[in-house]
This record gives sequence, C-alpha cells and structure tokens, in this order.
Amino acid sequence: MLHYTIRRLLLAIPTLLFISLVIFLLLDLAPGDPMASIPLTVPPEVKERMREALGLGEPVHIRFLNWLYQFFIVEPQVAFDHLFGTDFSEGKQRIISFQSRSPVMSVVAERMPQTLWVVGLSYVFATLIAVPIGIISAYRQYSWFDQLGTFVSMIGFSIPTFFSGVLLIVIFSVTLGWFPSIYDTTHEVTDWSSFVFQMKQMAMPVFVLTLYNAAQVSRFMRASMLDNLNQDYVRTARAKGMSEKVVVLLHVLRNSMIPVVTVIALGVPSIFGGAIITEQVFQVNGLGQMLITAIYASDAPMVQTLTFIFAVLIVLFNLIADILYGILDPRIRYD
Amino acid sequence: MNIKTALMGTVLGTVAGFAMAPAAFAERGSDGHVNIIYWQAPSTMNPYLSGGTKELEVGSLVLEPLARYDAEGNMVPFLAESVPTVENGGVSEDLMNVTWKLKEGLLWSDGKPLTSEDVRFTWEYCTSEGGGCSQSEKYNDVTDVEIVDDLTVIVHFGVPKPFPYGPFVGNQAPIIQKAQFADCTGEAMASCTDQNFAPIGTGPFVVDEFKTNDVVSMSANPNYRDPAKPAFATATVKGGGDAAAAGRSVLETGEFDYAWNLQLAPDVLADMESKGKGKLVSAFGTLVERIMVNYTDPDPALGDKRATAAHPHPILSDKSVRQALSMAIDRELLVEIGYGAAGKVTCNVLPAPAIYASTANDACMVQDIEGAKALLEADGWVMGSDGIREKDGKKLSLLFQTSTNAVRQDFQAIIKQWWNEIGVEVELRNIDSSVFFGGDAGSPDTFQKFFADVEMYANNFDGTDPEAYMANWECKQAPRPETQWQGNNMPRYCTEEYDALVAEMAKTGDLEKRAELAKTMNDMLMQDYAIIPLVYRGRVSAASNTLGGVEINAWDSELWNAADWYRIKE
Repeated sequence: MLHYTIRRLLLAIPTLLFISLVIFLLLDLAPGDPMASIPLTVPPEVKERMREALGLGEPVHIRFLNWLYQFFIVEPQVAFDHLFGTDFSEGKQRIISFQSRSPVMSVVAERMPQTLWVVGLSYVFATLIAVPIGIISAYRQYSWFDQLGTFVSMIGFSIPTFFSGVLLIVIFSVTLGWFPSIYDTTHEVTDWSSFVFQMKQMAMPVFVLTLYNAAQVSRFMRASMLDNLNQDYVRTARAKGMSEKVVVLLHVLRNSMIPVVTVIALGVPSIFGGAIITEQVFQVNGLGQMLITAIYASDAPMVQTLTFIFAVLIVLFNLIADILYGILDPRIRYD
Repeated sequence: MNIKTALMGTVLGTVAGFAMAPAAFAERGSDGHVNIIYWQAPSTMNPYLSGGTKELEVGSLVLEPLARYDAEGNMVPFLAESVPTVENGGVSEDLMNVTWKLKEGLLWSDGKPLTSEDVRFTWEYCTSEGGGCSQSEKYNDVTDVEIVDDLTVIVHFGVPKPFPYGPFVGNQAPIIQKAQFADCTGEAMASCTDQNFAPIGTGPFVVDEFKTNDVVSMSANPNYRDPAKPAFATATVKGGGDAAAAGRSVLETGEFDYAWNLQLAPDVLADMESKGKGKLVSAFGTLVERIMVNYTDPDPALGDKRATAAHPHPILSDKSVRQALSMAIDRELLVEIGYGAAGKVTCNVLPAPAIYASTANDACMVQDIEGAKALLEADGWVMGSDGIREKDGKKLSLLFQTSTNAVRQDFQAIIKQWWNEIGVEVELRNIDSSVFFGGDAGSPDTFQKFFADVEMYANNFDGTDPEAYMANWECKQAPRPETQWQGNNMPRYCTEEYDALVAEMAKTGDLEKRAELAKTMNDMLMQDYAIIPLVYRGRVSAASNTLGGVEINAWDSELWNAADWYRIKE
C-alpha cells in the first residue's frame, strides 16, 4: 500500500505541472484586461504604465516560470519562515494579486476560516444527515419516510442556492428579523453571546448548503444500499439467523459505503473551492467569493493560484479515496 | 467638607457637560458605530494604486486632498487654508505656478505634523518611474513642487494651466505621509502591502484592520482637526454580494446605514424604499449614457484599414441617417425603464456643471418617428420590399454593440425596435465589459477598435472642468493602428473647426469664455450627430433614516463629508 501511495504521489507531479501550464495558458489566452474596471477617465498611457508595473510586459514563458518559482519555492519558504521565524524568503518576490497588490497566499489564509466554518460545517452536517436518511430510505423503500426523503432531496437538487438563499433572507431577515442577512467576517467568538451571534449568522448559509449537499449524498447512499440489499450474501446472512441490525448495519452498510466514500472524498476539495453563489448571497466573502471577484477583475495570479490549489486538492483526494477503497474492501489490493 | 466640595464639583461639572452638549454637536465618538456597505469591495486603501471608484471612495475616509469638491461642484479647501485663484494671488498671472498654504497645526493620525514635505513627496511618489501610479494624469505638466516653508508649497507647471487644480485636488489625488511611504516609490509601490492597506491619513477615520475585497474596520482619528468630529467612534465598510443585497441591508433589514451605488431596476428600488427603514439619495455628476456613431467603415474586408479614417462609413457618413437615428429614440422612456430617479433625459454630451450645459439641442427630448422617416425619405433612402431602406444599392443595416449589462441589453432591444420602425435593420451584439473596456490592442472587440457601426456606453470626467473631456473628439484622439488603437475619439470625428476650438480652450483662462467654448464644442458634436446622448445618469445610494448629515456628492467621493455624519436620536 505504501509503495502504491508513493508511486501515485510521484505520478501526480507531472500531472500537476501539466495542469498548471494549461491553467496559465488558458488565463493568458482568455480575453479580459485587469485595467478594464478602471474608470474611462484614466487615460490609456497611464493604464499602459500600470500594466507594465504588474509585470504584464514580460513574455509568456518568463511569466510562467516566474509563477512556478514563486509558487513552489518562495511561498513554501514564506510559510516556513512564518512557522519557525527564519528568514529564507527575505526580499523575494511573492505571488502578488493584481487587484490589491498584496500577496495572494496571505489573502487565501485570511479567507480560509470563514470558508471552512460555513462550507466545511455544512458538508459535515450534510454527510451526518444524508447517510442515515439514505440507509432508512433504502431499507424501507417506498415508505412515507422514503417518499419524504426523495421529496426533500429533489428540492435540494432542483432549487438553486441563489433562490433558496434569498428566500431565506426575505423570510428570516427581512420579515422575522431573526438572523443577519450579511455575514460579519470580523466577528470573533470570545464568550457565550458572541458564540450565539456566530451561530445566528451562520445559520442560513449553512442550512442552504447542507440542503444542497445532503440531497446528493443521500441519493447516492440510498441507491448503493438498494443495490446491496438484494444481493445473495444478504439472504445468506439472514438465513444464518443474524439480526436485521447486524445484516443492515454491518454487512450491507459496509459494502454500500464504497461508492459513497468516493463521492464524499471527492467532494472535499469543493469545500475549499468555497460556495461561490452562497458566499455571494450572504456576503460570507470566503474563497469562492475571492475566486469570482478575481475572475471579474482579470486578476490572473490570483485565479491561477486558487485554481491550482484546487487541482492539487482534487488530485490528493482522489488518492485518498483510492486508499480508503482498499481499507473498506479487502478484495481491493493495489500491490 | 472636602468630599462635599468634590461631590458638588462633580455634579456641577456633569450638569455643565449636559448643558453644553447640544445634540448635533456631540463629542467625538459619541455616536457609536456606523456600517457602510460597498457591494464592490475595496481591494486596497491606496487610491494611487487602483484608480477604481470603490477604492477612491473608501480611501477618502482616511486620506484627504488639499481641496475637494462639495455636493454642488464648488471647490472647498480641506487641508489647504484656501483655494488659490488668480484673484487672491494664489495662481500666478501667467498660469504657470500655484501657491498652496496648508492649514496650521494639522496632524497625521499618528501624531506627526503634516508639512509641505508630505505634499512634495506625494507628487514624487505618484510620478516615480516603474510604479504605475493610476493617477499620474493628475500630475501632468508639473515640473516641480517647491517647498517654501513648512506650510507653503508652489506647484510649478511646464505649460500655462488655465485650470491648475489637477494635483492634490479631489479624491483622486490625496496627500500621503512621507514618513510612511518613503521606501515605497517606483517598483516598490506594489510590495508595500502594509502601507497600502493601512495608510496613515488626516481624514476622520483610521484603518484598524483591512481585509482585501472583504471588509475595512476603522475607528475615529484621534488627531482629526475638528475635536468634535467624527461623531462615530468606529466604522465598518463591508463589501461583497450584489447591489440588491446591499440595498436590502439598508432599506429592508436596517443592518447597514449607507449603501453605495444601487444600480437596480427603478421599481425594485421603489419597493425597497417603501419598507420605510431608509431613503434613496441621488446626485448627478457628468455621466452620460450615449451612442457613438462610427464615421469610418468597419468592414472586415478592409484589413488593416478597417475602422480608420482612410475609409469613411458607407451609410453613417450621411448626416441625415445619423440625425434620423437620434430622432427615433424616446429618451423619456429609456430613463423610465432603465434608471428611474437616477436618470434624466439629456441632449448633450456635456450635461453639467450648469454653466457648461447647452440648451441648443433640446429638440431631441421628444421622439419623432415620423420626422425621422420623412428625413430619410427626402434624402433618397427609399423603403425596400423587406422593410429596410436603401439608397444606391446600400442597405440601412447596422451592427449595434455594447457591454454586457442588463440595462444596456434592454436599451438595445428597445432602440432596435424604434430603428426598425424607421426602416433600419439592426443587429445586436454585447461583449463582456472586461473585454469591451479592456483596451487590449490584440482583441477585435474593444470599444476603441469599434468594429461595429454604433456602440453604446457611458462616460464622464473627473472634477468640474471639461477641457480634457472635450478634447476627446480632436482628430488626433481617434484610435487607429498607429496609436495601438488607443484614444478617446470613438466616432473618429474630425473637423478643423473643432480642433481649433480645443486649442483655443487650452489657452483661455477666463471662466465665462471657457464655458462659451465648451458649449460650442458640445453643440457641434450634437448637431453633427456624431454622438447620440441618451440618459444623464446619476448615482443612487441609500441611507438609513437614523443616519444624519449625508450629503451625496457626484463631483467627489460620496463619503466626502463622513466627518459630519451623525446618528439621529429618536
């Protein structure tokens, strides 16, 4: 297994390099100009000088190598310095955002907490809710519980978050006044009342995302359980006189989890990607909002860095899913 | 006895304190917290690095210029004692030098005194090589900023400046602190993140925490020049979301006190306002939504010479066609569907300030479809069997482009309908605004290249002086391959008379005469129908009913008088 993991990790290096090149070229070829949002009253010569100050005058390959150097050498050094108080990165150029002229990685670090709180928490909730719903729905197929579960997940699937989010704001913020409609990213939890406030401001975005994620996972769980419940080994287990609890929760569940684990593991990188629409609706201003504003502003270094981080996470969680397969299913062996 | 005296003293003091503090003149920081929402979040606090409106406006809470414009467009001194003019001797007779005197005793928020060194440094900072300062235009023609004494500077220009209020005036050119930015000139400008995110200023607020594209937390400047201001102890400028969410947070839920730039459908805004938590405020500057008419032929078959003066436009070179296009438009209706209270009908490309606004073209205010038809008919454009007019084998068929934006697409659709009525075939096209306004010489879709017959967008000018703006339509400003397709003369309008007027204005100092010249130029453009003005657009923002002192300003930052804002007590 270790051998397999190492081989996969080594293989990931050329893959990721290739991905970074593709992202870079796509961004470079895409139309759009970082100066486009500047008022027309600023004359073109000034815009040209601003473009040069951003390093856009350099040829493509130089800019790409520069980015690689900054991402793989300078940024890790900065992180290392930050942790151990050394000064390897002293005086080296970091990846700078076109919009704010500040290092991209420090903005990522600044945005991470609210994204993890809101999107991450909703993912955990969604999984915790969806797995039991899926199991019961499958075990009691076509019961009222199954029908209700199907109905709710259809709603979760089909209603876009920009609609459900605004609907919740209109009901709970405008009409009832229970929750704030705008997320306060500067809020710090220090005591009970500030914790309650944090819960209040997270309630709506977390609910919207939980509904959406739970809908997906519960459908997978149900389908996978149904596949297994009709298998021969289930009948054998029952024939041996095992209790229903053991049959369902030990035998069927373990086998059914295999595809579901893949779905859950592959969904984890999307947490870091943030929830672009939900973050916009509630002004959570996490990584998703950061990505979308960067795209609008043609902020290539930021888009490049963020999408590459997502690529790394996706490759990584693919590997984790494969390893979990081996652990869950003794029939799967990689060596 | 001692205790009694002390007690008496305290009581007296308290009574006196109450008596001496009338509601409007509360002491600094007595009104708690103010929440401002800019749905396009500021990405830096340094206006010299961005140039975007959102950064300029939020930056104006901290950084201040020597003088700025008030809500009526009049110049008011801020850090300067008075505005220098030729009359008061501040501007030299030859219009080459301006003397600015700083107010006495001004302190930066960190307690250091503000001196003429800082003023000179600001000029050096913005004009330093390799920095890419977005406001360097403001310092054009400045040859030196001479320090006379601690509080006096003389700005020297290389050429006579009839309007010498570019440097250090308005929210685009505030004074920054030399001590803080000394190591941040030239190529180091961008890497000074700490300075750019939290500049030390003289304005009413100080940055406590800056999260880029998200939120700015501020508190009252302890060294602000008026000891009673600002009334608010702390302020938050939150960003993100969209205009609708921002409007809702002020007008419907009341979580925020001020929301900037609510470009929403008029009925949506009216509905929000009816909830009674706040009110809409609007102000008009110089922004005009207009259609530019291409005088040159954008036919792709022309290769390099496409859309250049070498080939006049086959149908739009005909003045009666241009005029008919303008006559067919119902501007009243456009205002109603697109902008509501934030728009007015205009027949000028130079709509304000009042002394520059012409009334010679007001006939355009009424739609005249029949007149337009008759005009085309008289000029020999006859209706074909397919409902499209033609003359000498050329069909009246136009490509109409603009940027992607809901209101503009509505306008396109409705204008197309009117033009169809008078026998003009219209093809519509919309281009993402980052491409359209991007100015990339390699892209065929920019508004400068203008590879279409007509295009629509909005433009304005900074401050109150239209000289540079009216010079946009000089011959040499036409975008063409030799200029890498840069330039502001989108119609490629080119007449000797117009160029002569531009040259004349550049050397005229007298305000009345300048106004006369600007009006003449505006009328020339309008009566040649090179530009078809549609809507005079204002800014709309929303203020909570509990927020007092708001005076929205279209000539400067909307937050220009934030020091005077206060909480209205029930």
